[in-house]
Amino acid sequence: MVQYYEPQRDYGTPAASGGEAVALQIDGIDIEVPAGTSVMRAAALAGVKVPKLCASDSLEAFGSCRVCLVEIAGRRGYPASCTTPVEPGMQVQTQTPALAKLRRGVMELYISDHPLDCLTCPTNGDCELQDTAGEVGLRAVRYGFAGANHLEAEKDQSNPYFTFDPAKCIVCSRCVRACEEVQGTFALTIEGRGFDSRVSVGATDFLGSDCVSCGACVNACPTATLTENSIIEQGIPEHTAITTCAYCGVGCGFRAELRGNTVVRMTPWKDGRANEGHACVKGRFAFGYATHPDRITTPMVRDSIEQPWREVSWDEALQFAARRFREIQERHGRNSIGAISSSRCTNEEVYLVQKLVRAGFGNNNIDTCARVCHSPTGFGLKTTLGESAGTQAFTSVDSADVIMVIGANPTEAHPVFGSRLKRRLREGARLIVIDPREIELVDAPHIRADYHLPVNPGANVAVLNAMAHVIATEALHDAGFIAQRCDRESFASWLEFVSAEHNAPEALAAATGVDPESLRAAARLYASGGNAAIYYGLGVTEHSQGSTAVMAIANLAMLTGNIGREGVGVNPMRGQNNVQGSCDMGSFPHELPGYRHLSDAATRGQFEAAWQVQLDPEPGMRIPNMFDAALDGQFRGLYCQGEDVAQSDPNTQHIEAALSALECLVVQDIFLNETAKFAHVFLPGASFLEKDGTFTNAERRISRVRKVMPPLSGKADWEVTQAFAAALGCDMDYAHPSQIMDEIASLTPTFSGVSYALLDEKGSLQWPCNESAPEGTPTMHRDEFVRGKGYFAITDFVATDERANRRFPLLLTTGRILSQYNVGAQTRRTDNSAWHSEDTLEIHPHDAQERGVSEGDWVGIQSRVGNTVLRATLTTRVKPGVVYTTFHHPVSGANVVTTDNSDWATNCPEYKVTAVQVSRVSAPSAWQARQQQFDRKQRDLLERARTDA
Amino acid sequence: MSTRYFVPRDATARAVGADAVAAALASGVAEHNHAEIVRNGSRGAFWLEPLLEIEQDGKRVGFGPLCADDVPAILALEAHEYATHDRYLGPLEQHPWFAAQQRVTFMRAGLDDPLCLESYLARHGFEGLEHAVHLSPGDIVDEVTRSGLRGRGGAAFPTGVKWRTVLEAEAGQKYIVCNADEGDSGTFADRLLMESDPYQLIEGMAIAGVAVGADRGYIYLRSEYPDAWQVMHTAIAKAEAAGYLGQDICDSGRAFHLELRLGAGAYICGEETALLDSLEGKRGVVRAKPPLPAHQGLFGQPTVVNNVLTLAAVASIMADGAEAYAGLGSGRSRGTLTLQLAGNVRHGGLVEVPYGCTLREVLDTFAGGTRSGRPMRAIQVGGPLGAYLPESLWDTPLDYEAFAAAGGMLGHGGVVVFDDTVDMAAQARFAMAFCAAESCGKCTPCRVGSVRGVEVLDRIIAREEGARNLALLEDLCDTMTSASLCAMGGLTPNPVRSAIAHFPEDFQ
Ligand SMILES: Cc1cc2nc3c(=O)[nH]c(=O)nc-3n(C[C@H](O)[C@H](O)[C@H](O)COP(=O)(O)O)c2cc1C
Ligand code: SF4
Ligand code: SF4
Ligand code: SF4
Ligand code: SF4
Ligand code: FES
Repeated sequence: MVQYYEPQRDYGTPAASGGEAVALQIDGIDIEVPAGTSVMRAAALAGVKVPKLCASDSLEAFGSCRVCLVEIAGRRGYPASCTTPVEPGMQVQTQTPALAKLRRGVMELYISDHPLDCLTCPTNGDCELQDTAGEVGLRAVRYGFAGANHLEAEKDQSNPYFTFDPAKCIVCSRCVRACEEVQGTFALTIEGRGFDSRVSVGATDFLGSDCVSCGACVNACPTATLTENSIIEQGIPEHTAITTCAYCGVGCGFRAELRGNTVVRMTPWKDGRANEGHACVKGRFAFGYATHPDRITTPMVRDSIEQPWREVSWDEALQFAARRFREIQERHGRNSIGAISSSRCTNEEVYLVQKLVRAGFGNNNIDTCARVCHSPTGFGLKTTLGESAGTQAFTSVDSADVIMVIGANPTEAHPVFGSRLKRRLREGARLIVIDPREIELVDAPHIRADYHLPVNPGANVAVLNAMAHVIATEALHDAGFIAQRCDRESFASWLEFVSAEHNAPEALAAATGVDPESLRAAARLYASGGNAAIYYGLGVTEHSQGSTAVMAIANLAMLTGNIGREGVGVNPMRGQNNVQGSCDMGSFPHELPGYRHLSDAATRGQFEAAWQVQLDPEPGMRIPNMFDAALDGQFRGLYCQGEDVAQSDPNTQHIEAALSALECLVVQDIFLNETAKFAHVFLPGASFLEKDGTFTNAERRISRVRKVMPPLSGKADWEVTQAFAAALGCDMDYAHPSQIMDEIASLTPTFSGVSYALLDEKGSLQWPCNESAPEGTPTMHRDEFVRGKGYFAITDFVATDERANRRFPLLLTTGRILSQYNVGAQTRRTDNSAWHSEDTLEIHPHDAQERGVSEGDWVGIQSRVGNTVLRATLTTRVKPGVVYTTFHHPVSGANVVTTDNSDWATNCPEYKVTAVQVSRVSAPSAWQARQQQFDRKQRDLLERARTDA
Repeated sequence: MSTRYFVPRDATARAVGADAVAAALASGVAEHNHAEIVRNGSRGAFWLEPLLEIEQDGKRVGFGPLCADDVPAILALEAHEYATHDRYLGPLEQHPWFAAQQRVTFMRAGLDDPLCLESYLARHGFEGLEHAVHLSPGDIVDEVTRSGLRGRGGAAFPTGVKWRTVLEAEAGQKYIVCNADEGDSGTFADRLLMESDPYQLIEGMAIAGVAVGADRGYIYLRSEYPDAWQVMHTAIAKAEAAGYLGQDICDSGRAFHLELRLGAGAYICGEETALLDSLEGKRGVVRAKPPLPAHQGLFGQPTVVNNVLTLAAVASIMADGAEAYAGLGSGRSRGTLTLQLAGNVRHGGLVEVPYGCTLREVLDTFAGGTRSGRPMRAIQVGGPLGAYLPESLWDTPLDYEAFAAAGGMLGHGGVVVFDDTVDMAAQARFAMAFCAAESCGKCTPCRVGSVRGVEVLDRIIAREEGARNLALLEDLCDTMTSASLCAMGGLTPNPVRSAIAHFPEDFQ
């Protein structure tokens, strides 16, 4: 569906929330709007256009530009329509001779301090100042241009993605307000008074300021003052398509704006329900990787990883892979091959990979990278509530009174949701943060956590149990809710368990490292502060007790009746764009799509009928089992789509050994990633811009991904999987991903109402979407839990084996940063590296001093499985005894250090706790030296493929 | 038999040498027994400062203006010889300059040590508050409404209506904010009140708090008023110690906490919404209305913002009753008007008269002609945004409606007199330049318009394309008047247009 470029519609002021209807007349047109609506918005809704410059429906009305003046019968003067609320019976005139003269008078003043270079201006044709001058009929600037002006003001080009050209600024403050109201960063201010009022980023330039490059100010700017460099370089777009960000689990809706097949800009889509017009630096700007020269667009094969790559045709590559897979199976049995699918790919692609494994490979050796992040969420929430998904829509936080964030860092990892959360906090919601580290939310502009409980890494369950203990023993629980909605027996035994003295905050203080009094106060706040909502992330799941912690969280919510309505709930912050979707699509070895166990004959029968095959009823191997089996020689062929296990999975040296042991590794990716360096077949992947499909975000929202440029390799990923299946003799026959979705819908009860037609109509849908919820389900478990009665699971705290000891006295925990994305394959190939060019080790000054480490020193980090070297950053964000790093750069080798400890229920690795020793060193680690050598060699082998071809 | 000497501690009096007079007095009276020197507030007759008053046997007479050298001679006089001194003024109540006034709000000004709580109580202080705490909030607001009191900060908005709005607003926290930013050129009434009768302001604010249900108040004080800061600061502490402020005022069980805050030194911070921003610790920028401060003011809570004089007047209204106050004045302007005579006048100072007399009467009675001795030509009433009035308009009665009808405004009561040497084109330019210097910069008509206004007037003054530029100036004034966000840009055309309309010869 091609849409010619035009700016997104703007109603001038935000929608008023559901007041009574008010009837009024604008230019003789009758209209009814909710009380609290501005005259400007009412006019827009009536189809009447009032000129405006300082107003935008993403910002509170401000009233500074004065071109939106109107006349209202019975009122003196000329009120500004943006700041005047409607009243019953109001009669508004928007076009009169007096208004025309006034508006022209104001525009004349604007233009008297504006360069007259429209024809060479980057936003020529997409500029509200230009449009407004036209609308009001400005014909002359009688003041001349010799007066005081700002035309010589200097540009700020420090940000890699946009330029600030203050000579064109009309001081409407939209940027400043966007940074405050929408993003919540407060990086911009207006400095000076009167004519000297100028937009300022503080003492330095944009890059050196607090700016997080979200682009909200650039969006908001009505002139060319803040403009994307891509627009400056390439011109304004000519057509657009709506799609979904492929980075994090927020799943922001975007308008891809194009010239031909070139994306010149990604603008956050105002009707995107997950983001409502906001974005972060990744989705907004970091899309250049899609056309990076490192992209591999031709299939390649080789017999061994010591050989150079050979570029071959699609057909040859697929036949090569199929032949080898079949041979392996003949020699080593049906179970000797398997596949790993990716949360980066679309629902349709993930579905196809599991179908290929179950129907084509004839086994269930399918797993997904969600194994290493949110598998405990699936297990824990399914057990307690009955569905493996978060309970709320993002908008639910707007009505939360108490927000508890545990093991998540939304402002870095889920920035657009983080901004929404911050807005709610600025409105007065209370905040509890449970995190070993002082994350930004603990103390941000105009935000301060009521309680920060700096838990020892690995002790989440202890903290959650202690909170439940306080609530239960102080009788702060919601007995009515429990009686009505929860399972009586499980509650009774859980209550006995949690009330026991060993779960008191005082008794657990040594394990948690948290002051019992603060913990008690936080528990009381959570239980009695109104609507309370929990947001958690990988800091909860990636532990040996990850699943236990998820269940403890669900227990807390049930205990206090904080589930089943707006403003409350249990909300996993999903890491990657399609973690939720890839889990939904049956990517686990024991589950068919829709989380239905393989052992259920009825479900299996449905799939067997639809796919015309016999399915193996035995669950297959999980990722760690695959690697162990590879080292044992039982597992020899792996199809790995869009997932860089060599970098992202724990205990790198173990993984590398397993990969080296494989007979045939088929990697499908857009880059020659770390895993591909061990591969025999390389199938070029397509970026999200090159294919159709759907992603499902952390709030169960299914959104369309739309192809805006042809796949560079000629095939979208689903086409590659289909062709691979065909080469294996397993026929699939889809002409378009919509047909895959139709099949998913026909086989999955929670998806039965989903279709591309409905998605196009509604923009997005939150599953379950079926006969009983034809438009989807924003809030789950409203009247009863999916499993019937809520189940209180006993959540005994068992300390991890990874304990600080004499040899490894510090606890290492990991996380990520705003500008980089996971293993960094994409973001490192964009200008985002301007903000985070290397991973560093955060260490408390006290621990640093003990080790003679100063800021910027190289430090060795040694765990019982390996060691690596990073530079040190001294900070009090981490408490003594805890060190922290990010894992965005392969050379950092964070996972060389992490162990193969994992969650007892799901094998999700314990990335978040590793006992380590830190010491000053002068050289990279042995692994790093080997890694760099190997990396050079593999690049060289790739280069030879390219020059040979 | 004791003698009390009074030498004002007021900033204006000190600026013209009151401290030296007091010092001379101190060394002079050291030899006399039973002598007490009181540093009182000023009565507001600045042309008589430094003023010395001597009280003996219940009789109090004045001398002024004096310099330190005059002191020994006066001290040498016996009481019956006082009248022979050429600076002898007699009892000041009987001095024609005071006798012609009707002092209500400034009734106590200059009589005592402003910080002496006993003196304040002796002169009916805190009677209004004692009365108010026994009334229901609604009854207090009714009383203020019936008094006809209108805001003295400039906009003359009915105070009772404002209070009613805040009283009826539902909120956990409400505030009383006193606008003591007094930025108008030629005005000093707020400062004089705070320096000479601080408890009256405190009393008025406490009454306002009780009336609308606000337990917290702030005085936003002009940063250039260090003396007023000292006086108010001490007065608040003393009032709190005496139970007129704090957790339980006048044993009523109601709380009112008062804080003094220093202004940001910008004219625009006198505009109430910019003031609130500034109080919140932000840069003072005008907010669009609605929402009104009465609905969403300080920190988003319902807030009464009133001028110093408005709040002070409330104290006497509650003490003496609405009727007494409403009995003064004319038309819809009730009570007394505080004029501040300044500029080119001989007898500058504070004059409190009932609304309704004419400007000419006031000038004739109090101004004593120009200091230069030349004829008066133009008078700017109502501060820097007020119109320049030619002689033909001096008979306009001093009431809000009559003044508005004549194209002028009373504002905060500033009266600045110019003699016939004034260049009205330069004055018009000054109005634009003032706006350019003081604009908050939020809205375009004012931010850019004032700068263009100066440029156009420069061309007019240089006689470049006069007619074309006058027409452009007229359009600009239209735009600023009708399109500005606040009265700063909206009223700047007043002085400009009145200068052109009434003194066209200066523009040709
Ligand atoms: C530019 C500008 C400056 C102002 N300065 C003052 C001032 O210094 N003091 C004051 O009381 N009111 C000032 N005002 C008026 C206030 O905005 C407001 O109307 C007043 O504080 C309300 O109190 P009142 O009702 O008691 O007059 C100013 C208004 C404008 C537009
Ligand atoms: S890019 Fe975002 S963070 Fe940076 S100044 Fe603009 S709005 Fe603020
Ligand atoms: S930079 Fe743009 S948005 Fe910001 S004040 Fe200037 S014109 Fe307005
Ligand atoms: S990375 Fe996440 S928050 Fe950022 S634009 Fe993409 S989906 Fe939105
Ligand atoms: S008129 Fe002037 S002072 Fe008032 S809001 Fe506009 S720019 Fe600010
Ligand atoms: S749009 Fe209303 S004042 Fe700018």
